[in-house]
Amino acid sequence: MSESHAVKSMTLGEAVLAPLFGVTAFLCMIGAAKAVDTAFAFHASLGAAASLWAAFAIFNRYFDRPSSLPAQEINGRPNYNMGPIKFSAVMGMFWGIAGFAVGLLIASQLAWPSLNFDLPWTSFGRLRPLHTSAVIFAFGGNVLIATSFYVVQKTCRARLAGDLAPWFVVIGYNFFILIAGTGYLLGVTQSKEYAEPEWYADLWLTIVWVTYLLVFLTTIIKRKEPHIFVANWFYLAFIVTIAVLHLGNNPALPVSVFGSKSYIAWGGVQDAMFQWWYGHNAVGFFLTAGFLAIMYYFIPKRAERPVYSYRLSIIHFWAIIFLYIWAGPHHLHYTALPDWAQTLGMTFSIMLWMPSWGGMINGLMTLSGAWDKLRTDPVLRMLVVSVAFYGMATFEGPLMSIKVVNSLSHYTDWTIGHVHSGALGWVGFVSFGALYCLIPWLWDRKGLYSLKLVNWHFWIATIGIVLYISAMWVSGILQGLMWRAYTSLGFLEYSFIETVEAMHPFYVIRAAGGALFLIGALIMVYNLWMTVRVGEVEVQSPVALQPAQ
Amino acid sequence: MSFWTRHHIFEKNSIVLIAGILAVIAIGGLVEITPLFYLKSTIEVVDGIRPYTPLELTGRNIYVREGCYLCHSQMIRPLRDEVERYGHYSLAAESMYDHPFQWGSKRTGPDLARVGAKYSDEWHVTHLKDPRAIVPQSVMPGYSFLSVTEVDTTVIADHLRTSRAVGVPYSDDQIANAVADLKAQADPDNAGADAFAKRYPKAVVRNFDGKPGIPTEMDALVAYLQMLGTLVDFKLYNEKANLR
Repeated sequence: MSESHAVKSMTLGEAVLAPLFGVTAFLCMIGAAKAVDTAFAFHASLGAAASLWAAFAIFNRYFDRPSSLPAQEINGRPNYNMGPIKFSAVMGMFWGIAGFAVGLLIASQLAWPSLNFDLPWTSFGRLRPLHTSAVIFAFGGNVLIATSFYVVQKTCRARLAGDLAPWFVVIGYNFFILIAGTGYLLGVTQSKEYAEPEWYADLWLTIVWVTYLLVFLTTIIKRKEPHIFVANWFYLAFIVTIAVLHLGNNPALPVSVFGSKSYIAWGGVQDAMFQWWYGHNAVGFFLTAGFLAIMYYFIPKRAERPVYSYRLSIIHFWAIIFLYIWAGPHHLHYTALPDWAQTLGMTFSIMLWMPSWGGMINGLMTLSGAWDKLRTDPVLRMLVVSVAFYGMATFEGPLMSIKVVNSLSHYTDWTIGHVHSGALGWVGFVSFGALYCLIPWLWDRKGLYSLKLVNWHFWIATIGIVLYISAMWVSGILQGLMWRAYTSLGFLEYSFIETVEAMHPFYVIRAAGGALFLIGALIMVYNLWMTVRVGEVEVQSPVALQPAQ
Repeated sequence: MSFWTRHHIFEKNSIVLIAGILAVIAIGGLVEITPLFYLKSTIEVVDGIRPYTPLELTGRNIYVREGCYLCHSQMIRPLRDEVERYGHYSLAAESMYDHPFQWGSKRTGPDLARVGAKYSDEWHVTHLKDPRAIVPQSVMPGYSFLSVTEVDTTVIADHLRTSRAVGVPYSDDQIANAVADLKAQADPDNAGADAFAKRYPKAVVRNFDGKPGIPTEMDALVAYLQMLGTLVDFKLYNEKANLR
């Protein structure tokens, strides 16, 4: 090949990024030296170490690589870039196990409070954001980045855009997780649910996320297919909207540029509205739109059937992104938020039931003519059951957004149960299903190490979910009813602490359910590890799915 | 040209698709959020609301740091049982200086919007150190480390200044005397107690943790808890006056 004789020169990315990381390392060191609190000093040191490593890694790669960059195509076939996807998929599994384990710990703390150990960094209040961020943003986020980078390449028949950029996205995102997670343990938090990371972590995430958008978008722009495949619409809506939500909810003024504490720009009722506009659409666009993209690619692929209805997917897409944005105020029923906003939130939440089930039908009906595969393929079964859980959670959600229902359910475990039927059943299962497909594809394996183990994972996790959500239904409704119970003389029947005491058995059952879910995930990790280690190598790379017409 | 063919413009042009997504997601947020900044009916006009004192703000930051909002709400809904259990339903005005708001979404423990002045300081200190010493069935973590951690008094003026920048109306006087005020509120014998009382009318001056010396995080947190929900005098509050 003639290229190999060419003079090796640095790419623009290498020439700009390596010194930029050098400068960042220097700035971080200044930050660490002048820090006003220890958490900031710790994070600045982490930033310095990571920047130095990044600068070194870029130079190292430059000296090790051949003079030309990897080709866009080899023999007329796209030369897909799988490295960053492998990294992100593995990190997703790592954070998943960590997040489920912390979830089990905090569930146990509610049943046996001595597990808080009365230390600052092990108390429920600091570990709970660690759990939610680890499962939503670390596990879910890595699965979304991995699958989106895979799907966009395959459905565009183009190599992922950028050379260093995809690596910057996956490593930078996981560095954000590290900063956020260690921050919670050290008491660095904005105390805004699901938006806990402080200002400097938020700034870093903004840089990473914009790069993510650019990589994804540029890959679409250089596609070889006339149409943009439906899964990519959903990924795009997820990436763009999360950026808007993140910027809208997080503007904050740091007390010192060398300190972790900041004050959020919004106050009181406006802050509440911004927060739940963000919070509910973290559900709507992170945990729904993103994972619906997974549904639209992986279910047709695994079932070897086209998406059920192309027209339904158009309606599904526009309806769900339009309606979801309005639903936030249902988290603020009967609060000091004005009634008109509450009513709007409730109305749109109820309407949201329709596109949600439209999407569910589109996913489930994709199996038309392939239902028999549910008997033989536990991976497909996992994917399909995830969509069924999606349907259940998206029926329960509109129900709970009705004000009178919400007056009972709000502030209770019913909300926690609802979230987990979506999180464990829908997001968890669709992610597991996608990983079971993705790992053999990425490492060119003929199939999984063991389908039997997938079956075990499926059943153990399903039993865990059922235990979890039914315990939370009972405890939530029970506590809600106890709070409003009156004696025949017109006095409140129960003191608050009596309603806490009544929760104990359900908290034990919930922890058991969580433990089963964690065991299932560990089985998956073992299975996928063995798939990569001892699985039979597939010579032919899989053929990409044809875009919908 | 059918509707489905027209849709091709989104499917074949990524920039048009992004523009479409942005337009569609902007509507709901704009309609629900923007009016909250200009509709006068959003926040009631009430007497008594004031910014937090330096000690209370320090306490509030500990409340934020420890994630108390994950188990305690600060928002009483206008429902019979809640009003009887916790007191008058919460007004928007009562959290207008809260950055961030701490209304919460879960009551593993009781609502705290009006916990102020319900229990003694000593009750709070004992309860925070070891909740099960007072309430055996409680599942709350213990926060004994608060009473051995002194408050960093040097930075408090920066906190007030930053709060003012995001809209809390601290006066120059309050910012200039922030450190003195922080110490004075936890020490009734302090020479600055009178000046403090002028700057923050009706704020309580007490040795909250019962220990002499520099205020501890326990002082600050208890001072915050003891003022929650006490600013508005509901004997004088006329909700009809706010119908606009």
